[in-house]
This record gives sequence, structure tokens and C-alpha cells, in this order.
Amino acid sequence: MLTIAGLSKRYAKGDKALDDVSLGVPAGQVVGLIGPSGAGKSTLIRCVNRLVEPTSGSIRLGDTEITRLGGAGLRRARRRMGMIFQEYALVERLTVMENVLSGRLGYVGFWRAFLRRFPQADIDRAFAVLDRVGLLDHVDKRADQLSGGQRQRVGIARALVQEPDILLVDEPTASLDPKTSRQIMRLIVEVCAERQLAAIVNIHDVALAQMFVQRIIGLRAGRVVFDGPPEALDTDALTTIYGEEDWSRTIREAHDDAANEAAAQETVRALRAQTKPPTVARAL
Amino acid sequence: MPVIAYPEGRKSWQRRTPRGQIAVWFGWLLAVAFTAFCWRVMTEGTIWAFVWDAPTQAADIGARMIPPRWSYFPTLLKPLWDTLNIATLGTLAAIALSVPVAFLAARNTTPSATFVRPLALFLIVASRSINSIIWALLLVAILGPGVLAGIIAIALRSIGFIGKLLYEAIEEIDESQVEAIRATGASGAQILAYGIVPQIMPAFAGISVFRWDINIRESTVLGLVGAGGIGLNLESSLNTLAWPQVTLILLVILATVVVSEWVSAKVRHAII
Repeated sequence: MLTIAGLSKRYAKGDKALDDVSLGVPAGQVVGLIGPSGAGKSTLIRCVNRLVEPTSGSIRLGDTEITRLGGAGLRRARRRMGMIFQEYALVERLTVMENVLSGRLGYVGFWRAFLRRFPQADIDRAFAVLDRVGLLDHVDKRADQLSGGQRQRVGIARALVQEPDILLVDEPTASLDPKTSRQIMRLIVEVCAERQLAAIVNIHDVALAQMFVQRIIGLRAGRVVFDGPPEALDTDALTTIYGEEDWSRTIREAHDDAANEAAAQETVRALRAQTKPPTVARAL
Repeated sequence: MPVIAYPEGRKSWQRRTPRGQIAVWFGWLLAVAFTAFCWRVMTEGTIWAFVWDAPTQAADIGARMIPPRWSYFPTLLKPLWDTLNIATLGTLAAIALSVPVAFLAARNTTPSATFVRPLALFLIVASRSINSIIWALLLVAILGPGVLAGIIAIALRSIGFIGKLLYEAIEEIDESQVEAIRATGASGAQILAYGIVPQIMPAFAGISVFRWDINIRESTVLGLVGAGGIGLNLESSLNTLAWPQVTLILLVILATVVVSEWVSAKVRHAII
């Protein structure tokens, strides 16, 4: 689905944020992107939808070469990529419905959008995704009246209503409490399985990543230094990604969490069974 | 260095370095000396006989001003209506003209930071640097006396005010919301309508109502130079030494301003 080859990004001043990154994400696979702050995680997913302009390399979504697009072509490509943000990035003063419908902006003309006269089909889609994320009761509330977890659900609904092929998820749980974080991660993983969406999830919480994603990519100083299933992420791998530290607790916690969340694991395992897990762990 | 280490290992800390301390004292010395100097300049040209006489003069005018000439009130209604129209229409025209200017001036929405932005900023500064009453003087000379000159004078002065505050509000928006809308595949105009406009609406409403409030006060004096409104009556009353009428006009202006402040406070509260 998504194929990145030799992607590099050098900001106007400073170091290379991304250095020759190559990876592929098949449809339906949820990839956790981990790495220290400044490793280039955000830059990587923003290069995919060209919120950040890559310096060199190629990004293909299906048959479309993203890096060469401009204007209308780029906007059409962005419609196929739903993005979910760290601080939700909802338009605070618009209602939940308006925020969700903003996911259809790539499909409607300016005046329809400006006058809020979206086609009925788009409104049906919006109600369907709001139902899926469990916010049907909050349709008319303003986004700034919602709790953190609810806001992130609106963020997910906005991405889903685009009917994308891939989700780009930037630290979805960074501003949420542990329980809500899990609910949000579970929701993301479930909708990806339901709709056969590929997803790249930037995440700081290694244990949470291990609990929910099918594949983990470790980024360090702009380079891919780990790529494999979550089980292969051991203390050595974490040291490669983040540097020297006592990692035993991080990983054990993950197992404790997993034990405590048997139900959650069950769901996720069932979902994973529907999609192909990566077979080999590569520690680069 | 505020931190001073002593040989025996003790460390002390002060807010300023000794040099900084001296600089601060010197600054205060200059301020005091300057105040004393200004006082001298100010009092040099004063004719003290007039100043000592002031309470008597004030009491004299005060006595002539009371009671207000209430029977004059019906004559004031039409000019008062004109004044409100000058303020309101002038503000509306200024809003219509300043919104595009603000978007051209804001660093994050301007089409060209090297060409368009300086031009927009110049428009804003030019409009702001000339007081409404001076605009009115010019316009009365060009258009002749009347309400139209007042409306345009108010509008020209307000473009800079609204434009400046609005472009600052545009520059302070949360870019992540804009990024999120851009990521959906929205066009430039759609990003403006969904990512930026909702964020600046409270500021926009507050600024507009605030300027309308200011314009009501400014339009009351525009008549002094012939640009219509209640100021015309004020001028003629002053010229004919009709002090009881002046009192009534001032009371009417006061009441209008109080009402307009109340309205603008209500509107701002309702919007934010």
C-alpha cells in the first residue's frame, strides 16, 4: 500500500531529520513507529502527506508517486490519507459534526463547505463514523467542550470520514491518561482491521505499542534501526533505538499490562489474525 | 555574575551584578532629573494669574451651564441619529475593507511576504497615523460638509485599527488546526474557512464592536469640522455661548457612550 524508498529530509538549518529511510506498509497493517524525541518520527509521517516537503526519495501510495504531486493532485492524494494528531488538532470552535465533516473537504467545493451544505452522502458517512467511535450523543457539541478521549475520537472520526487508505497517526495518546490511551489505541487498531487500513502510529509508550501494533519500526537519528514484530523488541533492540538504559522494567510492564488486559489482547489477537503479520524480525 | 563563590566554598547570590546595580541606580537618577526638567519647561510659559483665577472662571461657566436647556432635546434627535449612523456605517465599511488587508498583512496568510505584506502594513500604518478628525477636515474640503464625509473619515481611520488587531490575531492562531485541515486535502480557500476563520472569530467580533464603540465617541466631535452629526450642534452652541445647550449636548453624548459601551460589552460577552 505505502512504499517509502530512500527518503531523506534535511531542514534548512540543522541536521538531517531523515536519512535514507525505506519501508513498506501493506494494507491492513498497523505499524508502530518508535524512537527518541527528534529521531524524525513526526517528520516521517508528515513527509507522507507532504505537510513537510521531503528533500529526496520516493513515497508511493498504491500507484501514486506522492513526492511529485502538486496542487489538485496533492489534495486528491491527501484525501486518501487520514491524519490523527497528538493534541487532537480539532478546530476548537466548531462543533463535533463540523469537525468530522471537515474530513470531506477534499471532496466538496468551497461554497458547499463554507455554507455547510454538505451532500447527504457525506452527512451519512459522518453519522456512521460518529456512531463507530461512540460519539453520536455529542454531535452538536463544540469541540472544546469535550474531554481529551472524546476529542481524540473526533480526530479519529475526522480521519475515517475521508475514507482513506492509510492512517498517519502522530502520538495519539500523548495527552491522554493510561486507560483512555488504551481505549484510543484499541479503537485505532480495530478500525484499521475493519477497513483494511494501513497505519503508521508514532508512539512514545513502548509498552502500549507492543500491546497493540503488529509491527514496530525503530527510528534513531533519522535512520531505521529496528523493524520487526513487537515480540522481537528486546532490551538490545531498545538500547539500539534509545541508547543505554535499564529496559527490563519497560518490557516486563508490557507483559503485566498484557496479562491485566486479557480482554483487550483477545480483541487485538482476533484482529491480527485477519491480517498478515510480518514474519521476520530485522535488527538493522 | 550574580553568583559569587568564596574560597571557603560558600556561594552567595544577588539579583544583579554590581555593574547592573549601578546601571539601575543611574537609570532612576536620569528619570528623576528628566521629571524635574519637564516640570520646569511646563511651568515656564504659564501665566499664573490665570491659573489662580481658574476656580472663579470655572464656577462662572459652571453656573451658566446649569440648568441644561431641556427644550433643546428634540432638536438633537436628528443629529444624534446622524452620529450613530456615521459610527455604524463607518465601522461596517472599515470592516469590509480591513479584513482582506489583515489577511494580506498576516505573516502566515500573506501571499507574498516580500511584496504584498509591506504594502498591506503600510496601508494599516497610514490609516492609523491620521486621526479621524483630520481625515474629516480633508474630506469636508473634498466632499463638502455632511454625513458622508464623516462616514468616510471614520472608515479610513478604522481600517488601520481593525486591520492591525486582526492581523495580529491571525498570526497568533494555533497552526496545528490549520495543519489538520490541510491534511484532509482541503483547498487554500477551504483551509481559510475551516482552519483560520473559526479561530479568529472571537477576536474579530471583539475588535469590531470595540471599534464601533470608539467610533461613536469619535463621531460626536466630527461635526466640529463640519462632518455632520451632533458635533455640529455642539460647535454652534459653543460659538453662540449657549452654555445650557452645551450641557445638554454633553449629557446626551455621555448617555450615548454609556449605552454603546453596554451594548459592546454584551455583544462581546455573547460571542466569546
